[in-house]
Amino acid sequence: MQLSGVINRFGWGERGLDLPQEASRDWLAAQLQGPDEARFTGVGDTADGLIAQRTQQKEKLQGDPLIKPILRAEIATQLDGLLMTGQPFRERLAWFWFNHFTVSLRQGSTRGVVGAYMREAIRPHVTGRFEDMLLAVMRHPAMLMYLDNASSIGPNSPAGRKSHKGLNENLARECLELHTVSPAAGYTQADVTAFAAILTGWGIDMQADRPGFVFRGKAHEPGAKTLMGQVFAEGEEGGLQALHVLGTHSATYRHIATQLVGHFISDTPAPRDVARIVSVLRASGGDLGAASLALADLPDAGRPGGKFRSPMDYATAVMRALSLGGAPSGPDDPHAPAHILLDAFARLGQPLWTAPLPNGWSDRAADWSAPADLLARTDWAWRMAAHVRSGDPLDIAHAALGPALRRPTVLAMRQAGSRQDALALLFSSPEFQRR
Amino acid sequence: MMLRRRSALLGLAASWTCGRASLALAGSGSGPDDPRLVVIILRGALDGLAAVTPYGDPDIATHRQGLLLPQPGREGGLLDLGGFYGLHPALAGMHDLYGVGQMLPIHAVAGHYRSRSHFEAQDYLECGADRRLDSGWLNRAVAALPGRGHRLDGYGLAMGLSVPLMLRGPAPVGTFAPAGSQHPDPALYSQIAALNAADPLTGPGFRDALRARGFSDSVMQAAAPPSGDGHRPDPFSVLSATAGRMLTAPNGPRVAALEIGGWDTHAGQVGRLKGPLTQLDRGVQALRGALGADWSRTVVLAMTEFGRTVRMNGTGGTDHGTATVALLMGGAVAGGRVGGIWPGLRQDQLFENRDLAPTTDLRAVAAGVLCDHLGVPGGALARIFPGTRVERMHGLVRVA
Repeated sequence: MQLSGVINRFGWGERGLDLPQEASRDWLAAQLQGPDEARFTGVGDTADGLIAQRTQQKEKLQGDPLIKPILRAEIATQLDGLLMTGQPFRERLAWFWFNHFTVSLRQGSTRGVVGAYMREAIRPHVTGRFEDMLLAVMRHPAMLMYLDNASSIGPNSPAGRKSHKGLNENLARECLELHTVSPAAGYTQADVTAFAAILTGWGIDMQADRPGFVFRGKAHEPGAKTLMGQVFAEGEEGGLQALHVLGTHSATYRHIATQLVGHFISDTPAPRDVARIVSVLRASGGDLGAASLALADLPDAGRPGGKFRSPMDYATAVMRALSLGGAPSGPDDPHAPAHILLDAFARLGQPLWTAPLPNGWSDRAADWSAPADLLARTDWAWRMAAHVRSGDPLDIAHAALGPALRRPTVLAMRQAGSRQDALALLFSSPEFQRR
Repeated sequence: MMLRRRSALLGLAASWTCGRASLALAGSGSGPDDPRLVVIILRGALDGLAAVTPYGDPDIATHRQGLLLPQPGREGGLLDLGGFYGLHPALAGMHDLYGVGQMLPIHAVAGHYRSRSHFEAQDYLECGADRRLDSGWLNRAVAALPGRGHRLDGYGLAMGLSVPLMLRGPAPVGTFAPAGSQHPDPALYSQIAALNAADPLTGPGFRDALRARGFSDSVMQAAAPPSGDGHRPDPFSVLSATAGRMLTAPNGPRVAALEIGGWDTHAGQVGRLKGPLTQLDRGVQALRGALGADWSRTVVLAMTEFGRTVRMNGTGGTDHGTATVALLMGGAVAGGRVGGIWPGLRQDQLFENRDLAPTTDLRAVAAGVLCDHLGVPGGALARIFPGTRVERMHGLVRVA
């Protein structure tokens, strides 16, 4: 396996000219075995975001004065992390799982907590067990707000009878369809309704000193419920059991294995590859570290160019290839590297933490390769290349692509009239568009 | 009525940072009298009972008291559509169109699928077949138009996101992104296109993009964003106006697809629905303004993947349902009435005791527009909507 191929496929593109020394599989394994080295600065936790939201509401503050700085700080430190990370495989997994469990700024007032959600519910479980990540996600205020569960009430619960309010099945449906078993499991509308009832009471205590998840017995639908043929007891325990069943279900393993292979290997996952990852998940009880490393052992893992870069992949790879970033981005500095990257994501069609729907961003080339998309990339990369004032563009090309760099690209770059044009050719080449 | 097509499809999408609004164009200019078709996908499931409310139904108040707007004539009330239905007040522009016979809501429509998953349903809605395909019915419809030449001059205008599934398929789709303030010179662009020429994915993409840029730049230069009431125009209005200008250009496309989100109102529906409905209404007005005299040759079809529950849910919203409303607008529409068959809202009339029961196949509406407006031969319908046979709905457009 060529190291540069692995860096592109499993990471975020080579940064600068300092290639790691060890063998590629060891390099990947080391990133998962050690702790998460990401250090985020200038940010608090979910409770801080919820306090900001509570204060803004209570004092009727206009213009998001308390939440805006929180979101800006999250963007600055997390995108700095993306540009600078020395554990790019782990970092890619973190963003993959965020997308799997999408929370979007498009709805649900999640601006103050979306960054904390990524750091608290997703990152700690990237190499842990899937069911632990699932539970962390389903209890996180960001998800409870985004998919409305915080306000779902059992119609026969004390709170439901008093207020005549009832179920909201949004989170229950998307959890079954997108997060866990997928429609392949053959669940019915009755299962969706039952799961929504199971999850009633899973909400947010906004009045606590440190606001956060709470199970409200008074809003919980009484009685046992039947979900996909299994009976779950009344109470919080029933929900925990249901998530355990869903989080370790063979249909869930199949679904997430397909998603993983689709993200890391091919737009059309081979049944053999999916079966391999499923078997690792089964044998390990849903160990995501083991499953992730097993991806690197699949036959096509090292074949260059198997995946078309999404806008986020692309912009990050360009900035890493140009060694942009380094000094921490000031949250309010529009010229800071994190903000250049943020702007690029939006410009190229994949604005940060703003997926249109709960199924997150597409992982398929067809969705990112329209002529308009290609031209937008070229125009943006050409403007970025203007920042490069020294060095040989071909050195950058070799470092970024290794043996995947094609001879026609080298020839075109050699004939280019300027450093900027040479780099624009590199970044517009078919091989750089892929990972 | 025949569309003599020198060229094929244009793609138009949009990269507005602020909203999921995008646009794709297709077709070919052959003459100023060509019919124009605009399809708007409302992604996220519009509550048809809120957009076009059957306030005259005796059972509606028992199901959704908390979601009902005041009756027509009261403050903030519905806009009357003939005594039984009322239009949401955010759709005032459409109500004016209704008044001049240019708007035709069709109630209790649903696709040919019974999925309550957004993602599955949108795929079926766009591919138009019994099973999921990689191509869309609108693309196949354009491909089926008579007089299609051998040369395909893909040109188009794109401002961002990719071509929706509905417009993907065998007929080539070009897209175009308006250039930023600074961009590479034409020589570098052609080097880039050459570098990608042999690539099956990026080769055709760059070729179409560059060809499109020349065409669309000239159209866009004349474009001033619509301003209306002095507010910054929202992205959907800008896109709609752009689509309108492209559709009027002599050699421009004749078919456009737009999409707009914000319909998935699981909570606080009364408040949440105003924004997207207002945007949709303004977008249609912008489209009409930009089309000018060509509005008389235009049909706009706005459709969504499914409706929402008849009963209000526990959080002042509605969950995923089945039948909903489809909206037809345009100078060519035989409007001024509400079409479709009303299924009723008594408990035993609901679909699965929760949803508005479907009485019209959404594909029949689309087929009626394709055949009677765009001139697609009836014999092509089986190719455009493979699987269960589709009987097209008659009387949707004016007969000249």
